Amino acid sequence: MVIRGLVKNFGDTRVLNGVDLDIGAGEFITVLGPSGCGKTTLMRIIAGLERQDAGSVEIDGRPVDALRPNERDIAMVFQSYALYPHLTVFDNIALPLRMRRLSWRQRLPGMRRIDRSAQAIERGIAAKVREVAGLLQIEPLLARKPAQLSGGQKQRVAVGRAMVREPRVFLMDEPLSNLDAELRVHMRAEIAQLHRRIGVTFIYVTHDQAEAMTMSDRVVVMMGGRPLQFAPPGDVYADPEDLQVARFVGSPRINTLPGTVHAGGSIEVGGLAVPFDTGLAPGAQVTVSLRPADTKIALQTPDTAGADRAGRELAATIVHRENLGSDLFLHCRVEGIDATLVAREDPGKVGLLPVGAEIRIGLPVEHLLAFDASGRRVRPGGRMTSLAQPAAA
Amino acid sequence: MTGRGLGPTAGALRHVVLMAGAVIMLSPFVWMVLSSFKPQSEILTAELTFLPQRWAAIENYATVWTRVPMGRFLLNGAIVTASIFALQVLVNLPCAYALAKLRFRGRRALFAVVLLGLLIPIHATAIPIYILFHHAGILNTYAALILPFAISVFGIFMLRQFFMTVPDDLIDAARIDGVSEIGIVWRVMLPTAMPAVTAFGIFSVVAHWNDYFWPLIAIGTRELYTPPLGVAFFRLNDGGTEYGVLMAAATIVIMPLVAAFLLAQRRFIEGVTFTGLKG
Repeated sequence: MVIRGLVKNFGDTRVLNGVDLDIGAGEFITVLGPSGCGKTTLMRIIAGLERQDAGSVEIDGRPVDALRPNERDIAMVFQSYALYPHLTVFDNIALPLRMRRLSWRQRLPGMRRIDRSAQAIERGIAAKVREVAGLLQIEPLLARKPAQLSGGQKQRVAVGRAMVREPRVFLMDEPLSNLDAELRVHMRAEIAQLHRRIGVTFIYVTHDQAEAMTMSDRVVVMMGGRPLQFAPPGDVYADPEDLQVARFVGSPRINTLPGTVHAGGSIEVGGLAVPFDTGLAPGAQVTVSLRPADTKIALQTPDTAGADRAGRELAATIVHRENLGSDLFLHCRVEGIDATLVAREDPGKVGLLPVGAEIRIGLPVEHLLAFDASGRRVRPGGRMTSLAQPAAA
Repeated sequence: MTGRGLGPTAGALRHVVLMAGAVIMLSPFVWMVLSSFKPQSEILTAELTFLPQRWAAIENYATVWTRVPMGRFLLNGAIVTASIFALQVLVNLPCAYALAKLRFRGRRALFAVVLLGLLIPIHATAIPIYILFHHAGILNTYAALILPFAISVFGIFMLRQFFMTVPDDLIDAARIDGVSEIGIVWRVMLPTAMPAVTAFGIFSVVAHWNDYFWPLIAIGTRELYTPPLGVAFFRLNDGGTEYGVLMAAATIVIMPLVAAFLLAQRRFIEGVTFTGLKG
């Protein structure tokens, strides 16, 4: 699927601002972004439910812009599941097939009892519905109405209704957001397996980074109606192209510190000169950031307070502690600059690091990410490749 | 709303008030039924008796059936109200769907016009319609009784309010599944809107079954009389009004409605509360 220059306005508000995406056949793509970033609108335009103001969508090399939703060979799973409340699970799943395979005359009430060819088609539909139901393990539910199903079951029926006509593209709009946390994790795995089994292109919209990171081949991070980065999940986390991406992906949020470019290939951060050749003019303002997992702290003791360390580490005070059991997050106020850093530590050290403790924070240059004043990533001049993809593979 | 917070005195008082209301509402109806059992002499006496001293029920009801073709009137009523309701559904559903769910230029203006239509009573348009039908040559036919009511602005409004509550996702899902817009109206909206359609159906049937004004104008021949015209036939006969017979006729005319209401009562209340709350 190829998307070129999509633009969409609602009144005076521009919700999509030039979206270009090339999506390979069979890929699992997640569109990740905060609410209001235009991801649902993008999905609705791909589905044909909304008409774009400019740009085009091609599926298998064929422009689909003029086609009605049902002619595009796509299926969609909605956040609310959108099951037909008056139909049984069987009829819900059968409906897309009935609309395609039966003529309108054969769909009239009672015609299926009279028309022999309709009966044959109906048998084919029933077989297909049962096959899909078997795959999703919802066969015992086929006679029920949607109101009698749990959230997870409704979800499966919605997936079944989308699957049954074997679309070329599967669109999912936050399909897990109405489920409880445990079921969500379970369905995440199930949808990923489903994708591997049926092998068609999936486009999955979500604001949940865990879903994006765990399920997809590639993630599109969207902000303000524009894709900021389109890369494998590991790269989006470890190698963000944009400060907004770096901030949106990762929990807790990435640490950011203001810095100034100095001549001779260094950035000054909180009084420290960090060797980092940005290639920007001296005096330029940059943002230096560091993942909490890469932020290492050490207690300030008489022997670590020596002059040799003082030039390479920031002095800070622990102001807040969060012990999650598996991780210990320390919120540290850095002296001299108005910034709070979060560091991830081993919970075993909890006794050593009380609130109020004076500590030192290192800035390991191999983990530092720098962004220019407009938020675009700047890479260190000579060390581009060594920094580029630690987790990408 | 359940009144569970009220004390026993307040609870009792609430029932007293409600029962007083019920008595006021029901008494004319009960009086009608009782009068239909009484002979003329007893109805016209000065003292008030509750139950008839001499039962004249059989006479009164027999008079109704023998003097006019009451069965024919009831059948006319059924044909007319059923046709009106069927046409109204046929027109209202697509209309309400478009007003609630489709985006098109002038939708708000169109809805304003529909609301404006709610303000215009039939009495204002009766004469133009009468003249129109006269020129069309369809006065004195079933069509004359049915067509003026084929479009109900009230119905459009009520269903539109209901449709506003139907999630857009459901409609989008149907579009993706290959259901046409007209198909969405009948396959998706109608089944989900059944409570509202039923409630509207009761309003419509009651209004047109009881309608006296328009049939009186549009119909001249007795074969096409609707039930209310049949009742009126017993008013001011040559020998004055026979109240017992008149009341019997009224009771007969009302019975199908009462039966229909009791059958559909739950759905009716469902529909009214639904549209009331969400609208």
